[in-house]
Amino acid sequence: MSIDMAQFHQVFFEESFEGLDVMESGLLNLDMGDVDVEEINTIFRAAHSIKGGSGTFGFTAVSDFTHIMETLLDEMRDGRRSVTQSAVNVLLSSVDCLREMLTAIQDDQELNESRIAELTKTLEQELNGGATSDASATTTEPIADTDSQQLDVTDEEIDEFADTDETEIVEEAKEETVVDSVEGWNIAFSPHPQLLKTGNDPVRMFRELTELGELTSKIDFRGVPSFHDMDPEECYLSWNLKVLGNINKEHIDDVFDWVEEDCDLAVQSFGNTLKKVVPATPASDPLPTSVAVPDTIAAESTDLIENKAEIETKKQPEEAKVTTEAATAAEETAEKTPESKPKPAQKQATEKAKPKGSSSIRVDTGKIDTLINMVGELVITQSMLSLVGEHFSMDHVDQLKSGLSQLGRHTRELQESVMNIRMMPISFVFSRFPRLAHDVSRKLNKKIELKLSGENTEVDKTVIELISDPLVHLVRNSLDHGIEMPDVRIAAGKPEVGTVNLNAYHRGGNIVIEVIDDGKGLDKEQLRSKALDKGLIDENDLLTDKQTYELIFHPGFSTAQEISDISGRGVGMDVVRKNIQSLGGSIEIQSELGKGSTFAIHLPLTLAILDGQSIAVGDETYIVPLVSIVETINITEEMINRVAGKGETFRLRKEFLPIVRMHDIFNVQSAKATKLTEGLVVVVEGQGIRCGLFIDELLGQQQVVIKSLEANYRRVEGVSGATILGDGSVALILDIPGLVRLSNN
Amino acid sequence: MTQQSENSEPQVEGKKPVNPVQFLSFGLGNEEYGVDILSVQEIRSWEPVSRIPNVPSYEKGVVNLRGSIVPIIDLRDRFNLGHSEYTALTVVVVLQAEIEGKNRTMGLVVDAVSNVINVEKSTIQKAPDFGTKVSTEFINGLASVDGRMVMILDVQKLLKLENTDEEDE
Repeated sequence: MSIDMAQFHQVFFEESFEGLDVMESGLLNLDMGDVDVEEINTIFRAAHSIKGGSGTFGFTAVSDFTHIMETLLDEMRDGRRSVTQSAVNVLLSSVDCLREMLTAIQDDQELNESRIAELTKTLEQELNGGATSDASATTTEPIADTDSQQLDVTDEEIDEFADTDETEIVEEAKEETVVDSVEGWNIAFSPHPQLLKTGNDPVRMFRELTELGELTSKIDFRGVPSFHDMDPEECYLSWNLKVLGNINKEHIDDVFDWVEEDCDLAVQSFGNTLKKVVPATPASDPLPTSVAVPDTIAAESTDLIENKAEIETKKQPEEAKVTTEAATAAEETAEKTPESKPKPAQKQATEKAKPKGSSSIRVDTGKIDTLINMVGELVITQSMLSLVGEHFSMDHVDQLKSGLSQLGRHTRELQESVMNIRMMPISFVFSRFPRLAHDVSRKLNKKIELKLSGENTEVDKTVIELISDPLVHLVRNSLDHGIEMPDVRIAAGKPEVGTVNLNAYHRGGNIVIEVIDDGKGLDKEQLRSKALDKGLIDENDLLTDKQTYELIFHPGFSTAQEISDISGRGVGMDVVRKNIQSLGGSIEIQSELGKGSTFAIHLPLTLAILDGQSIAVGDETYIVPLVSIVETINITEEMINRVAGKGETFRLRKEFLPIVRMHDIFNVQSAKATKLTEGLVVVVEGQGIRCGLFIDELLGQQQVVIKSLEANYRRVEGVSGATILGDGSVALILDIPGLVRLSNN
Repeated sequence: MTQQSENSEPQVEGKKPVNPVQFLSFGLGNEEYGVDILSVQEIRSWEPVSRIPNVPSYEKGVVNLRGSIVPIIDLRDRFNLGHSEYTALTVVVVLQAEIEGKNRTMGLVVDAVSNVINVEKSTIQKAPDFGTKVSTEFINGLASVDGRMVMILDVQKLLKLENTDEEDE
């Protein structure tokens, strides 16, 4: 019975977060007027599986919280409650809260109790107050109320219950769903020996019962065999339980739902008239009869279990962390050696539940099948080649050649499909934006429609992870600054509802992500005067449109009139650009005053492979990323100018560009060309800086696999990484902005 | 070279060592050094490296070691023992150690690998302090093997390649 539940935690968290995403998008899709029942069903199912999972793993705080949400959703689903905006908003913030709770549990941190309590209250209010629509809805005395009612039970009542006969079992088959008022339930629960083997755990069920009302339990030890005959994986105990409080019969049944087959169960209400009993499966295996447990031990274990119940009723946060395993361990201790040992067991379980920093990726099985097919073909080609090699003569040269070309093709395909595995649809990032748009428009009283397109465009996983923050920033800017207030829009003759488009598509070897709004656009005059204020530009500077827009990428530059908590602090656009550039991408702005703005991000599809141009300096080979090369030219003496006799520049059409002599800054002794006219100048661009790299010659273009230099070595200025060439030697990949910095020093 | 070092039997000294530690010993000029055998990944012959610009001269460059980029350090240069020509017999000892949680691999160019030696742990002597005259930064201790002195190197420190190295140049 010692299955390590912690190993499933990762899966549980992943699934729960997915479930939360489903709930969130479902809630956002709900149309107030015309509610799609299927949509609510989807949300309900997601909530239900989170509840189930968290219950199983003993995250009671989560399951309790989800339970209340579920109740609300259930009523919506049955049409007993109309879907209101306020309810949806409460549910949305509950989704947020759940996400925080799960993250906290995953990271082994304290839960934000006050926030949870607050939201629970709001949810309950929604449940009580909001119950509208067809008031014919009979039942559902708000379940949440039971929480408070259970506390009202007086001591006398408890004493009274304590006297009730232990062995009383009533069997009746009568279905009752509505219970008017009962003071409590008597439950006779005798599990079959194999109950534990089915993965069920009485302690967990009791814990659920304590959630419903105050629980007192009496244990029947008569089934326990002598110590020698005892199988630790079997359950020999039976219980007589009393739950106090006005509890719906359904909820008690829910608790025992999974074990109905594996136990004899009788549920009887007391304090009021209505009785209901679940027809239980008759015991097939006779219980062991010998009783060998001394009285003292029995007393001790009763104490132990009652203590547990007490702790759990207090709902201490630590207790919530105890996994089922710990509970089971405690349970076993109670059976075998009734010395109170649950502490080490709990500790152990908590240790095991420590957060795991592992990141995983979900891959379409189709992709894996393709991969396996390809490996199969590769193996066939390999065996064919080895056959040719075994009895090689010149007659077989043709065979060898065709085999090699096949091998080449397979390798390339294999590489492509392996890269493909790392590709994920951009919707992983896009999916969070409807929520953002919803929240921002509510907060600012704007009317905004968010349109997504190209969500299925696939990008490398690393790119996805790194692009989401900059993208959130851009979208937020568009929502906050771009789109105007509805009255302003109407006055400007535009539709009241502003539109923000998020597009993603492939172009060449790049992915392009666009954020387009039809808002007020960037004001060039305003940008200019602001830049003058800040001393970024001079009165006489003439700026192109592009240069003007680029001003917003300066740190601390904000055109917002007021600082809001959404955006406008001027921190960000510079970070956005830096992040995008660190991914090897670029960002472009197009804007028209009064019509809107477009921010276009260009990113390489993957970070692991880049298109490179090999260049030679002396007998050394370097790789220049193809994206940063503008052109390559032979320069003549007339084009060269010297600044202060040292700094060399050359004139390219109308621009003067600095020359970076590769052999100088990298100290290459063997360089062939030292006179500028003898070699080649590669015009490169990086982070807005253009310069000419002076090299010996161009070698060829190829795709190179980027290898980290820092893994075993350290960062080298002017070099972004290394790669392995066809001949097995290592070539360094140049970092253009770094080179420029290097040559400036 | 590679074969020789692999086939050589660990030396057993007169008395059976109680707590023996094994070191791979190699020569640099007239001196003999040793590194913990457990940190030795492999021994290779010298092959041309790709130079790294603007680094100290003892950092010879990087090579491709089965797909990963591994730096090569010339220990003669590192310890200022004068330069020697690289020949086909020059040996590179590839070491690995865990530094700051990451596994780092690095190649050391040495003159020749001599032996695997067993040293009784308690007989390893602390490196004497020469003041500033001789840097004992990388030396963990001194061991005596058949009357010869072997300097035991601190692999962790060797592989660290602190940034201060650059400023020394």
